[in-house]
Amino acid sequence: MTETATLKIWRGEDPAAGRWEAHAVPFERGQSVLDGLRWIRVNKDPSLAIRFSCINANACKECMMELDGETVYACTARLEPREMTLSPLSNKTLVRDLVTEIAPPAERFAAERIAVKEKP
Amino acid sequence: MSTSPVHIETDVLVIGSGAAGMYAAIEAARAGCRVLLIDRSLIGRGGATVMAQMTVAVALGEEAPDHWSHHYKDTLTAGRGLCNEPLSQLLCEQGPECIREMEAWGVGWARKDGKITSAFAPGHDRPRCVYVDFLNTGPAVSKTLRTAVYKLKSVARAGDLCVVDLIKSEGEVRGAVAWHAGSGAPVVISAKATAVATGGLTRLYRRNSASANMGGDGYALCLRAGAPLIDMEFVQFFPIGHLAPRLIGMDPIMWDPFRYKLGGRLLNRDMQEFTDRYGVTEDGRYVITRDLGTYAILKEVEAGRGSPHGGAYLSFQHVPEAKLREAFGPVIDRLAANGIDLTKMPVEVAPIAHYHMGGVAADVRMRTEVSGLLVAGEAVGGANGANRLSGNAITEALVFGREAGRTAAAHAKATKAVPAPNGAADEAVALIAGDGPKEVPNSAAMLQRLQAVMADDVGPLRTEAGLKRALAVVADMTAALGDRPFGDGGRFDMQRLDWFDLRNMLTVARSVTEAALARTESRGAHQREDFPGMLPEWRLNQTVRLNGGRLEVSRPPAPRTEVAAQ
Repeated sequence: MTETATLKIWRGEDPAAGRWEAHAVPFERGQSVLDGLRWIRVNKDPSLAIRFSCINANACKECMMELDGETVYACTARLEPREMTLSPLSNKTLVRDLVTEIAPPAERFAAERIAVKEKP
Repeated sequence: MSTSPVHIETDVLVIGSGAAGMYAAIEAARAGCRVLLIDRSLIGRGGATVMAQMTVAVALGEEAPDHWSHHYKDTLTAGRGLCNEPLSQLLCEQGPECIREMEAWGVGWARKDGKITSAFAPGHDRPRCVYVDFLNTGPAVSKTLRTAVYKLKSVARAGDLCVVDLIKSEGEVRGAVAWHAGSGAPVVISAKATAVATGGLTRLYRRNSASANMGGDGYALCLRAGAPLIDMEFVQFFPIGHLAPRLIGMDPIMWDPFRYKLGGRLLNRDMQEFTDRYGVTEDGRYVITRDLGTYAILKEVEAGRGSPHGGAYLSFQHVPEAKLREAFGPVIDRLAANGIDLTKMPVEVAPIAHYHMGGVAADVRMRTEVSGLLVAGEAVGGANGANRLSGNAITEALVFGREAGRTAAAHAKATKAVPAPNGAADEAVALIAGDGPKEVPNSAAMLQRLQAVMADDVGPLRTEAGLKRALAVVADMTAALGDRPFGDGGRFDMQRLDWFDLRNMLTVARSVTEAALARTESRGAHQREDFPGMLPEWRLNQTVRLNGGRLEVSRPPAPRTEVAAQ
């Protein structure tokens, strides 16, 4: 009776050596893809890497990823009772799983950019 | 993995890049300091500021006469006798200057007839809340501050840096040790002055209106560094957080602006207004304060008169569509995309964790008890007492942020050299670089469990039995968490992030719960079912300290005497 959404998720730290993992997620009308990913972390695998702050408001703009090859915000893309393919942004440097380096270069942590001192 | 930490030096370290942190960074840089602004998320994106939907309380007096002293009086009244008056005064008195500076930097405050217009919000004696349409106040303030920061060459910024501990040596704070989520590496930051602007603790609760990085880290960091917290029992629940139908792409506190502009009717299961039962007659206007609104809705649910999902109805069905569109333009379309037509249906709302009145004890220059350690914004406790007035949060972030930046710069300038950690960073570095245990519980499920127990037993309505139940769960979870971070220590290791978060959240949860257990009365946001009524002998502020790993709640020997607002 309960419908499910199947999230097929790209996992890995090396763009050339990743793997696909599928998880069935209980589907409830009105939910977002981010809800489904958060469900997977709590119920299946807490190691799944996703980036988000504001959860539902589409204010932080951090949860960008690709859904079936299109760039979306996971918090506003609706969960659907079908197989949905999720992958990291293909035009950004991969960090891990669905997390990519999306900060502007001047806002990334880079030791060489910030004054580095010798270890005291 | 690499265990030798990257070492960075700066004059001023600012932790957190909401409005308070960004303003602190700007101000310290303007005073001639090198600043490092870091955030556990992206710069200027996470935190609470960007989520602010509408109002910023400030006595500008543009449309109609106002004076900061009126704002101050309302703030003290809302705080139910517990405000730290000098902090409240600072907020109200300097608010106008900060708001005008925001405007000079590009925030387009809504105007009518050329003048900055103000909305009326509950608890204020007149219209006093400026805003940016439509529901764009937080994003506009964040963007403006980000741009202002960007223009300053002496401010370096770095995201994905999650602070694990402050560095404390010889009685003073000398910077912080951070875990770089992107690489998993430890980073040691030495600073002459450190400002904590990490926001509140709403993530401790199941339903909350702020972002996932508001887990009270700053409170835990300061506690561990020896700085006391105050008023930790006062967690503000926002009464009309969105409950149903499921809505995406919108902030759950969005109905606040709707009520400011359109009034709206708060109804029970029987479609009847009910706040008069709890002493407030609204009659289609928006006048109920947050503590009373939360109480009224929860009591109505308890009496079996709640809406289907366990809240209340909020109806704008009496408002013509043209008026809805005039007030909220594109937002009406976003609602339609979610299947919501306000002319045809009410929505369901219920209290949602929103803001923390408590926080780190600080003076009007934002100094904590520990030398070299400053706080700013929601991390500061005391300005709003037992209940915060609508609109004071962004004002507080700006005013306190600016002040913290000034004080940090003065402290840095009076300090000759960047102080060395002298080994005080080693423990945190080892924690970050260490291997995790082989068998670990699900960290995300642990977080969810903590949120559930806090919502059920340390929410707006509390009892001794519930609070003790929560303490037992927290103790149990603290044992399960252990002293070695979970995960593999690799890039963006979410289990390790959860572990660091839980370490802080469990400490903060204990602080809130212990303080709530000790306060045997009801006041503002703290309602004890077993101790109803506000007692004069409880007109005092409790302090929480960490002493050799033990949390201690203490209170002054005598209640405070009445200080009349001028």
